[in-house]
Amino acid sequence: MRRATVPLRQRFDRIVPHLVIWPPIIISCTYAIVFSAWTIWVSLTRSTLLPDYTWYGFRNYTSMLATRNWQIASANLAIYGTCFVALTMATGLLLAVLIDQRVRAENIFRAIFLYPMAVSFVVTGTIWGWLLNPSIGIQKLVHDLGWAGFRFDWVIDRDKAIYCVVIAGAWQASGFAMALFLAGLRSVEADLLKAAQIDGAGAWRLYCRVVFPSMGPIFIAVMVMLLQFAIKTYDLVVALTAGGPGLASTLPSIVVYDFMFQRGELGRGSAAAVMLLASLAVVLVPYAIYRSWRARRVAAHA
Amino acid sequence: MPSRLVRPAIHGVLLLLAAAYLVPLLVVVLNSLRSTDDIMQTSMIGWPRTLVWSNFSETWSHYCIAEHCSGIRPYFVNSLEMTIPATIVSTLLGALNGYSLALWRFRGDTWVFGIITLGVFLPEQMKLVPWVIVLRDLGLFNTIAGLVLIHIVQGLSFTTLFCRNYYTSIPVDLLKAARIDGAGFFRIFWRIVLPLSPPILIVTVIWQFTGIWNEYLYGVTFAAGEQQPITAALIALSAHISEAPLYGEQSAAVLLAAAPTLLVYLFGGRYFLRGLTSGAVK
Repeated sequence: MRRATVPLRQRFDRIVPHLVIWPPIIISCTYAIVFSAWTIWVSLTRSTLLPDYTWYGFRNYTSMLATRNWQIASANLAIYGTCFVALTMATGLLLAVLIDQRVRAENIFRAIFLYPMAVSFVVTGTIWGWLLNPSIGIQKLVHDLGWAGFRFDWVIDRDKAIYCVVIAGAWQASGFAMALFLAGLRSVEADLLKAAQIDGAGAWRLYCRVVFPSMGPIFIAVMVMLLQFAIKTYDLVVALTAGGPGLASTLPSIVVYDFMFQRGELGRGSAAAVMLLASLAVVLVPYAIYRSWRARRVAAHA
Repeated sequence: MPSRLVRPAIHGVLLLLAAAYLVPLLVVVLNSLRSTDDIMQTSMIGWPRTLVWSNFSETWSHYCIAEHCSGIRPYFVNSLEMTIPATIVSTLLGALNGYSLALWRFRGDTWVFGIITLGVFLPEQMKLVPWVIVLRDLGLFNTIAGLVLIHIVQGLSFTTLFCRNYYTSIPVDLLKAARIDGAGFFRIFWRIVLPLSPPILIVTVIWQFTGIWNEYLYGVTFAAGEQQPITAALIALSAHISEAPLYGEQSAAVLLAAAPTLLVYLFGGRYFLRGLTSGAVK
């Protein structure tokens, strides 16, 4: 009896790890691939309220591109993406440089600038919605303080509502940029700094000529992450402006949801989702290539 | 500028900026203690004239959200019931995934890892329609269990990424020695890898908890009415009361919704930051 159980036990020992290893790996791989392929497929079919897998070619794409919603949303994404990334990076860099001056209570400052990243976009959007609301927010406060002509009503202004999203987004994400920039500033080689200081370079020149140029990869990484962030932005707008007034601050991510679940047009909504993915790929694929190129170059130098 | 003024100036600017960053939080905290009349007469930004503690009890158990007058408590509980199991399971499976990808190398493991990390970057919008169909077929539509499932599968990409990158720093010789001693897959995981894991597991748990608690799109798409998590309830709340705003109670609701992740940040900020940076740069 005993002789028979030993090989069985060994076989069992060899099989069980596979039973444990593979399911989660297979699930996460199929999830990434099958779900994307599925949405791409739906985008090429006649699906409306329910999936209907009759081939429809690219007609969902052409008709989506022709809608006013999509056109406004993509123009808004261009404005929001550019301004959000620029403002967030500028603020993050300013904060990082200030904190890098061996300030007192550095940890407290860092914690304060980063805490917005811990709250949800829904919370951020709701609070900023109040602050920017002219009848109860900042404008009202300034009026009550006696400056009756003060105007800050962007959130209800068709041309400026999208900039409110930029402000709230930058408030939330600039601490993240700060953290990455600070890590970059701290990793500049001390020898480089010393040599520049011996040459008598002032603080301003030291940063512009020596420190920032050596942080190129970090600037690119932060920019890519923030762009990715911008393209995916959804809840922030829903909570802050609900895409309004009218369609003034709508974004592609909102158009996707609107078509899929409010208008019951799964085909066109999926086409919009695929275009959202494509815009993300435009940012991430070159970045991935750049990173592997850099990794190879570093490996070659080592 | 004379050099002895530079340092005070830097501190001054930092203090001003810090105050500006704190204003939104301060506004919510103060408004949660003010009456709505007080807020409407002045503005959102101001000190309470009298402290109104009842905002919290009102918002917690009496408030009406889309015809249900049970306060935000059920939604808060939903969020807990969704976040805690999803965080634990996705972290454990991620650790296991990371362990087998990093230390039990097999043919094509880097490809598998690459595909899994794709899931980190895919926008949620790409997965909405498949999830609708999958949840409907499993009978999990509009249930907390459905949301837990979504967050486990979705979270696996992140947790695998974190753990795999951490485990690659464990020296392979350590494992070889253990294997020569006759230790198998589980014993090595249990005796060698897990004891080395607390730092990355804390990072992963904090990341998952924060991410799942704060998530909105899945919550609003796959749950309705009283099954929704707190983020979706907050949005429903502000839509519902836009005719007759109740800013005081609403501020209390916002504060309660933000409190769990803020507390996690307060006590685990260092780990939160590590998750952020490794999730971003890697």
